[in-house]
Amino acid sequence: MERQVILNSRHFELTLNRLCYQLIEIHNDFSNTVLIGLQPRGINVVTRLKKQLESILGKEIICGNLDITFYRDDFRRRETPLIPSATNIDFVIEGKNVVLVDDVLYTGRTIRSGLDALLAFGRPEKVELLTLIDRRFKRDLPIQADYIGKTVDTLISERVSVEWEEIEGEDKVVLFTPESNG
Amino acid sequence: MDSLSVDHLIGIKDLTKNDIELIFKTADAFKEVINRPIKKVPSLRDITIANLFFENSTRTRLSFELAEKRLSSDVVNFSAASSSVKKGETLIDTVNNILSMKVDMVVMRHPNPGAAKFLSERVDARVVNAGDGTHEHPTQALLDSYSIRERLGEVAGKKVVIVGDILHSRVALSNIYCLQKLGAEVMVCGPTTLIPKYIHELGVKVEHNLQKALAWCDVANMLRIQLERQDIKYFPSLREYSMQYGLTKEILDSLDKKIVVMHPGPINRGVEITSDVADSEQAIILQQVENGVAVRMAVIYLLASKIKRQ
Repeated sequence: MERQVILNSRHFELTLNRLCYQLIEIHNDFSNTVLIGLQPRGINVVTRLKKQLESILGKEIICGNLDITFYRDDFRRRETPLIPSATNIDFVIEGKNVVLVDDVLYTGRTIRSGLDALLAFGRPEKVELLTLIDRRFKRDLPIQADYIGKTVDTLISERVSVEWEEIEGEDKVVLFTPESNG
Repeated sequence: MDSLSVDHLIGIKDLTKNDIELIFKTADAFKEVINRPIKKVPSLRDITIANLFFENSTRTRLSFELAEKRLSSDVVNFSAASSSVKKGETLIDTVNNILSMKVDMVVMRHPNPGAAKFLSERVDARVVNAGDGTHEHPTQALLDSYSIRERLGEVAGKKVVIVGDILHSRVALSNIYCLQKLGAEVMVCGPTTLIPKYIHELGVKVEHNLQKALAWCDVANMLRIQLERQDIKYFPSLREYSMQYGLTKEILDSLDKKIVVMHPGPINRGVEITSDVADSEQAIILQQVENGVAVRMAVIYLLASKIKRQ
């Protein structure tokens, strides 16, 4: 596997910062907007955005976690059962503007499940999608993000990994490419 | 690792500690689901489940049916009272007829011990035992231990006494296996006639004095006196039983600690437990019922994930 850093920690921070200001541009003071991170890795993006937005706006941003395990379309196509993570939405989403947040947008299937899962909590006014990395070219469903950290063009055989200071020790996005056989 | 070691849920005896912990972890997620405004997930849209009840049941049957429906599976119900069983059809024939209508899973309650195992070896469907005679009632034991874990943080190291008709109780046997696998200490308490002769073999303590048993325990699981199974007289009268083994507020208040009181239902108020105890803060009887749906959802979900389509 060949490793290529496509977002180093400096650009990582700049990108998150830019996303915050883009969100503020549309949602003003967040009085009717909530951020919902998709389990498991979207949570990290939300945690960082929340911290940043709160320091810019000086007020609390309402955030939640959504687990989409039970809404996936590949249940029983796998060897082992899909084990759920926690969902934590302790506010009403009825009439709210919801920004769904994930780290990597690829086939769009996770987001499709996320939309289904979200509707079990009520009827939001509007749902938008924020992704840190948008992998083009392998979308299986007609789903596009409203806020994008970075767009990358990748092969199906490649893998994109978002790493976090809190978990892996450093903020960065890495592209893994399998060695070509010559 | 993240998969059950069994293909059917026949008894707790067949499960490993990991299996039980996996079921609990999955049930945590379902407990959150059933407290949402829309209490339903689409996971098992393509699964059909038959509930076969050859013996009466209200709570277990409702609980299974709700669990199945909240997973979006299709459900068919069958009760022996209104069926061809009365016309002389065998168990295997009855079930195979139902399975040829493309059913993937069978939840069965049957008066004969071993019926679920017998069925699982002979039909091509996942089998969940919802009680087989005096043998096992695995989902009840799972929800009991799950409720203890929820109330006390963990099951390991806790002292649990099961009071009442141990001889006829499938709930008692499943509970003993489940609690021991999770590391709890188990005692049984009841009149000598209702304690099986070889119960020591299971590694449980035996006590005939309710007061002493309660002073020892953290949790008391009060079993129902199964009036329908008292084919001979095991004790002189209900009144005498309740005087010696009925849990009253006075006994509870005389203890120097607050124990947790459980009951698998249906309650015979005033026999094994008085109304003021059943409705008190220390009783988690209704929480057990709520947890029953989440635990059954977890069991069905995990077993269904083993069904492979071509």
